[in-house]
Amino acid sequence: MVRSVSVDLNNDASLVIDIPDALCERDKVKFTIHIKTTLSSFQKSEFSVPRQHEDFIWLHDTIVETEEYAGLIIPPAPPKPDFEGPREKMHKLGEGESSMTKEEYAKMKQELEAEYLAVFKKTVQVHEVFLQRLSSHPMFRKDRNFQIFLEYDQDLTVRRKNAKEMFGGFFKNMVKSADEVLISGVKEVDEFFEQEKIFLLDYSSKIKDATAKAEKMTRSHKNVADDYNHISGAMNSIAADNNTAFKKHLEKCAEVFEKLRKLEDRVASDQELKLTELLRYYTRDIQAAKDLLYRRARALADYENSNKTLDKARLKGKDIAQAEENQKQCLRKFDKLSESGKKELTSFKARRVVAFRKNLIEMTELEIKHAKNSMSLLQGSIEILNSN
Amino acid sequence: MAASSERSPPPFPDSEEPELLEDSDEGADAFTGTSISEMDSPSPDSTRPPKDIFNEPPEDIFSDPLSNINPEPQKKVDTKIPSPSSDEAVDLFSEPLDDDSEVMSSPEVQNPMPDLLNEPVEAPKSDVLCEPPVHKNAARQQDFFEDPPKGSNNSSSSVKKAASAELFGDDEDEEDLFKETPKVVTKKPQPSGPPVDVFTEVKSDVKVKPQVKDDPTDMFTEEALTAPAQKPPASSSSSSRTNGVHSEEQDLFSEATVELSLDSPLNDRKKKDAVKPSLSAPAASVASSSSKAPSKTLEELEEEESEDKFDLNISVTNPEKVGDGMNAYMAYKVSTQTSLTMFRSKTFTVRRRFSDFLGLYEKLSEKHSQNGYIVPPPPEKSILGMTKVKVGKEDPSSAEFVERRRAALERYLQRVVCHPSLLQDPDVREFLEKEELPRAVSTQALSGAGFLKMLNKATDAVSKMTIKMNEQDVWFDEKIQDVENEEQHMRKLHVMVESLVNHRKELSGNTAVFAKSVAMLGSSEDNTALSRALSQLAEVEDRIEQLHQEQASNDFFTFSELLADYIRLLGAVKGCFDQRMKAWQRWQDAENMLQKKREAEAKLLWANKPDKLQQAKDEIAEWEAKVTQYEREFERISATVRKEVIRFDKEKARDFKRQIVKYLESLLNSQQQLIKYWEAFLPEAKAIA
Repeated sequence: MVRSVSVDLNNDASLVIDIPDALCERDKVKFTIHIKTTLSSFQKSEFSVPRQHEDFIWLHDTIVETEEYAGLIIPPAPPKPDFEGPREKMHKLGEGESSMTKEEYAKMKQELEAEYLAVFKKTVQVHEVFLQRLSSHPMFRKDRNFQIFLEYDQDLTVRRKNAKEMFGGFFKNMVKSADEVLISGVKEVDEFFEQEKIFLLDYSSKIKDATAKAEKMTRSHKNVADDYNHISGAMNSIAADNNTAFKKHLEKCAEVFEKLRKLEDRVASDQELKLTELLRYYTRDIQAAKDLLYRRARALADYENSNKTLDKARLKGKDIAQAEENQKQCLRKFDKLSESGKKELTSFKARRVVAFRKNLIEMTELEIKHAKNSMSLLQGSIEILNSN
Repeated sequence: MAASSERSPPPFPDSEEPELLEDSDEGADAFTGTSISEMDSPSPDSTRPPKDIFNEPPEDIFSDPLSNINPEPQKKVDTKIPSPSSDEAVDLFSEPLDDDSEVMSSPEVQNPMPDLLNEPVEAPKSDVLCEPPVHKNAARQQDFFEDPPKGSNNSSSSVKKAASAELFGDDEDEEDLFKETPKVVTKKPQPSGPPVDVFTEVKSDVKVKPQVKDDPTDMFTEEALTAPAQKPPASSSSSSRTNGVHSEEQDLFSEATVELSLDSPLNDRKKKDAVKPSLSAPAASVASSSSKAPSKTLEELEEEESEDKFDLNISVTNPEKVGDGMNAYMAYKVSTQTSLTMFRSKTFTVRRRFSDFLGLYEKLSEKHSQNGYIVPPPPEKSILGMTKVKVGKEDPSSAEFVERRRAALERYLQRVVCHPSLLQDPDVREFLEKEELPRAVSTQALSGAGFLKMLNKATDAVSKMTIKMNEQDVWFDEKIQDVENEEQHMRKLHVMVESLVNHRKELSGNTAVFAKSVAMLGSSEDNTALSRALSQLAEVEDRIEQLHQEQASNDFFTFSELLADYIRLLGAVKGCFDQRMKAWQRWQDAENMLQKKREAEAKLLWANKPDKLQQAKDEIAEWEAKVTQYEREFERISATVRKEVIRFDKEKARDFKRQIVKYLESLLNSQQQLIKYWEAFLPEAKAIA
């Protein structure tokens, strides 16, 4: 589904990237990256490399730090794999094994596997989509580090950030936030960017909120599905001791609830994948767009400062040439950022609309499909119960 | 799965959820493949081998997630290049198929069962014996007194003509007697009944006139005393006391037991088996216990018949607060609609307060519990809930409390009148018909009477623990255990359903919050079509929130409350078992006493004290009579409890089915609404451009 989020990423056959496999080792996830290309810059036309989550983060960081890409929306880094949910459940399952009946245990296990698989797939997808975003971008696909990432046939063994660096990153973010406040005073010269800034700030908070709410909604939907499961189990245990007409009804009901659970589970997980994940992705993507605006605003502030310095230099009559040069450079950089930024933001908008359209349609169709299945299940069961 | 070095995408190799792979998303299939070779040798070439080895068609991805682990990489390329939409197409096809097969399979599995279990069981019986119940259930007394004996005679006449002849006369007399003065009824049996009998009879008859209770009482006590001497008269006289109740036929058919039970299904044979142990017990019990089996079949038949003939609709409506402050109470409108002639008119309405309902229960329980009847319990008192109502806060929880109680009271009354014996109780009729009821006093939770009741319950519980009953009857032995288990599981189920109610309420709340959030997002969106679609989505989610809320209240009222009722009812069933146990204890105590008296007599004989010997002999005679009486009572209560429990099981199965169907219909309705909402939204989503 994430592929659908970032629309048509693999429309260019000259560099096709996917992740066919991944391996979960304690808190590490190893991905197998599969590349197929016709580009001459690669030595082979088809190959695979092993990469870890940390390698992706490294790639993202180096791209962010590359001055040249300041005017681009840098694809958001994939979030750290989170297997806490299923892992916790697994733990519970292990603890409760003795107190559960065989059926209950099997059912729980099955549930857990499904959940684990879902999380796993989602993780692989967000990593894949990150690479696909890079590969489909005319600038990023030529990036040196990206090529190394794709081609180096050994483990990259990017070392993890140590505590100091983690803190450094945190500090950098603080500085950035402070800086954002500082440069917010700089008067915007371009109407387009002024509008974009207002829009993105507003949209960002709204979509963050919507994501959180959607997550909550899906979670409670899953709880309902879980309850169906438990009800089914409890009904079966009443039926086990019974030998009257009651037993039949209970067994039928237990079966209905069991099936309803599956359907409700799917409704919940489809909502999660089509809706929540879409919102989540765009929350990150919008942050990337905001970062672009920040970099441009920074350049604008630099340019204004250089103007001031030039004015001062002219007043004092010294270092004029140097100040002029500096001012020119700042202007060039700012213009360049503005130009590519405008293009990027425009395409971002189009991409977002298409992605929302696609996902909303798919979610609606799935909702209808599941509801129809539930309906026919219920209709059939009611008929059977009534005919008894 | 935290284990190190586990091959991951199918992390649990033995079972994988196929639906997840097919369904949850189009992109998903792309990631499921695992290639061991790739992992081990990460050279670019490593992708080739799998392709060559597993040259499978791409459809495999959807049909079997496990098998596609290896071929994945190459497939990936194939399916991906075209565009995501091709994946989707396959996905859509494969899914419905999968779902259909699930749904389809259920009817196949289920269908044969009902036929096997339900129909044959009743069919043979009804052929043989169904007439009497038909009349009885119509519950028109005239008909009843004229016809059923004929019907029943047909089947039993060959066995005892004399008895049936008497029956005729008796029944016709009875009809008149019954109409004019019920007191005659009580006098009538006296001539044939020894003194001991009179006491019990009079006691019960004075209190309740032409009503259920006195019939079984009379019948059994009478029988007990007369049976040893002359069986036929006993049976005829007992059936002559048929005051519009059912159980009397059992004696008519007692002779036919053998033939009948041959026809009767497994169920009955089991009962007969259960009866056997008691055959080995004192000889006197043989006659009455053998008559149990056929009476039960009759009983069941009656239930079947009464389903369509029972014409009594009771509704509890218009809860209304009367008075102010802490003395305020809720009054309910109790409306009855019936064609039963036992009531003065076809429709009538009275106002009753909650304590009146409790009072009715107290009265019924006092009269009928000790005889082994399952008296449906009323909803519990809730001081907290009622205080809220009294304080008069107009919040949803107190409105819900009132509605919950109203519905519970309605179900309670319906259960009471559904019981053929309780329906005949004058207190029930009075409750339904009489304009003003004397205020029920002993029902207040914090009254002195309430305290006494609690004390009684406590002593009951203690004595129950001290009684170690040596269960002779296999049927009871099993049933007591079954009821115990069922209650436990029912409680568990109830907890689950309660949690469903809460979770669905939570879901409803979270959906509402999400709807608002999406509406806000829509207002921020600068693409007009997307903005419109998002606000439409918000509207859809709003409606879905309503839907969840309605469903949550259906979860509660149709499902959770049903279970709560049955937990209470199972408690009442257990109460019946306890009554039977008490009767047994009384009998055993009497046996022990008799034993002691006999020993005393022996001692006196030994000591040669003739002056006291006569007194001892008298005492022995007295206790012998008591033992016989208590034993009879025990047998009577055993028979009643058994009949009641069978009736209860039947009622339960029917009631449960009805409610569950109702509940599933509410779910169905929700799904239909969902489809409507989403179908309306689909064009909006497609209009995004």
